[in-house]
Amino acid sequence: MNRFLLPLAAFVLLLAVLLVGLKRAPEKSILPSPLIGKPAPQFTLPNLFDNATPLQSDSLKGHWWLVNVWGTWCVECRAEHAVLLQIKQQAQVPILGIDWRDHDEDALTWLAQLGNPYERVGTDHDGKVAIDLGVYGAPESFLINPAGTVIYKHIGPLTMPVWQHEFLPRVSRASVSGA
Amino acid sequence: MSYARAAGVLLWAWAALIGAAPALAVDITPPLPTPQLQQRYLRLTHELRCMQCQSESLADSQVDLAADLRRQVHDLLLAGNSDDQVRDYMVARYGEFILFRPRMSWRNAWLWGAPALMMIGGLLVAWRILRARTRLADVEDDEAARS
Repeated sequence: MNRFLLPLAAFVLLLAVLLVGLKRAPEKSILPSPLIGKPAPQFTLPNLFDNATPLQSDSLKGHWWLVNVWGTWCVECRAEHAVLLQIKQQAQVPILGIDWRDHDEDALTWLAQLGNPYERVGTDHDGKVAIDLGVYGAPESFLINPAGTVIYKHIGPLTMPVWQHEFLPRVSRASVSGA
Repeated sequence: MSYARAAGVLLWAWAALIGAAPALAVDITPPLPTPQLQQRYLRLTHELRCMQCQSESLADSQVDLAADLRRQVHDLLLAGNSDDQVRDYMVARYGEFILFRPRMSWRNAWLWGAPALMMIGGLLVAWRILRARTRLADVEDDEAARS
């Protein structure tokens, strides 16, 4: 009896480890961002709507922002677009678009046709700001607090449930605690 | 056309194909000015992961993002950054996952130590079994001698 106890215990332990690994496998495909809790990267980007005044990251401070990285070449961004328009209608958090590796004309046509959810849009032609943000697949969305800290990141198309359950509570929780 | 001539043509065609292979290479980032820098560039792009196509290295990936990141490695090396500074730059943005060769830290120390621990465990078990067997054999020998 005794001689089976140790191998059995080892087997049960292994089983537990593997089960936990299996359960957590889906989250593993979404990589955590090392940027969360850190200041958002500084940048200056050309302004899609106004060539004369570039978009500077410093000008974003003092407000909550939803920073959305998109491109007209990005298929899932089209699916996400309606959600962004809905978020704009709520008028709780302004959206900053970062048009990633795109052509300005295409982006302007896209916004004219589908509607513009963005308060401001910066054009990241060479993808440098996307690299600083650790973006690896559009669409990606970041929640930035008034101090300029990255609070949350969502990879893939935003949906209303994600917005309601992951983004908004973080904004209201912070405003309640006075931060 | 004689057999030898046909063989010659084939050989030339083959040589031309081999010669053209570099033109098919994925990486079109301009080479760095010195062979040393270029070698470091090649090593780094081979040990950094393409985040979009996760089982390919930056050097092997055709994705636009990989091209951007290769250019970034190129520029960082040109600006005089060390290999570790380039790795830190990537890890700060994309996390440890971007390194194909993960670095040892307290968080993953148990993983690095696991092979040694398993080896020790295995040796302990083997030693106990062997000791039990030799004892058993001794007892049997005694019984055989007695009868």
